[in-house]
Amino acid sequence: MNPSGGFFEYLLGLLKEFFAWLPHVTLAHFLIVSAILFALGIYGIATRRNAILVLMGVELVLNSANINLIAFSRYGGGGLDGQVAAVFVIILAAAEAAIALAIVLNIYHRFQTVNVDDVSTMKE
Amino acid sequence: MQLYDALFFLFALITLVSAFIVVFSRSIVYAAFSLLFTFFGVAGLYVLLQADFLAVTQVLIYVGGILVLLLFGVMLTNRVVNVELKTGTIHTVPALILVAIVAGTFAGLFYSTWKGAAAPQTDVKSTIMPIGELLMTGYLLPFEVASVILLIALIGAATMARRTRSHPEKATR
Repeated sequence: MNPSGGFFEYLLGLLKEFFAWLPHVTLAHFLIVSAILFALGIYGIATRRNAILVLMGVELVLNSANINLIAFSRYGGGGLDGQVAAVFVIILAAAEAAIALAIVLNIYHRFQTVNVDDVSTMKE
Repeated sequence: MQLYDALFFLFALITLVSAFIVVFSRSIVYAAFSLLFTFFGVAGLYVLLQADFLAVTQVLIYVGGILVLLLFGVMLTNRVVNVELKTGTIHTVPALILVAIVAGTFAGLFYSTWKGAAAPQTDVKSTIMPIGELLMTGYLLPFEVASVILLIALIGAATMARRTRSHPEKATR
């Protein structure tokens, strides 16, 4: 038995285990969904040029954090502390969206654009 | 628990597909409207996690508040006369590589650590009253601080978004 064949058999075993695990929802299902959502939000923040779309990426990241908090609150046994933390995250997301939108409107009145890489100056 | 699993996959699919559209769509309006479906999918996941109050709050605040605010932002910062509400992207390839590494690492960690964590059997009941009690007892100080932060954000946003400010050079004009 050569080592590469052994490695592929190992990988195949892992895949089989994964697909046998997939149909029955556990904590890790929710966490993986939130991880993918987080990655998509980070991608949006990093690549979008429009400031409004950057804000949408921020909202995706906050939502993924909320899924994590609530999933651990459900599966951790007992208290509702995770849900209360998620309430505070939602409150701060609302405040952040309002402030950020005011800033974006000011930037638009000043520069006539909301592309974040065109607004690279601190001068008048 | 077969229905539970099917509902989970439905909501996860709605969330992730619409999040893909939010991030990859060229049109700002499409992105904003698929963000709506992302929020609804996340609210469905909250329901599956027995967080009924959070699900309703998610729909009320995110869909009713933040999404409308973002749509106002889209409409106020683009000249709607030219229908072309497109946007560009930068650094896509490095960001894609970085994000794939991050997502793979997180997903692998979560999978290898918590793949056997089954849900504890609890009787399903409303979480509104326990959350209210927690907000009024153990989390009273953060609750009050959050209310002050909301007031500050309200005043700050209203002050910043007013158009009739006097700039020094505009006053001399």
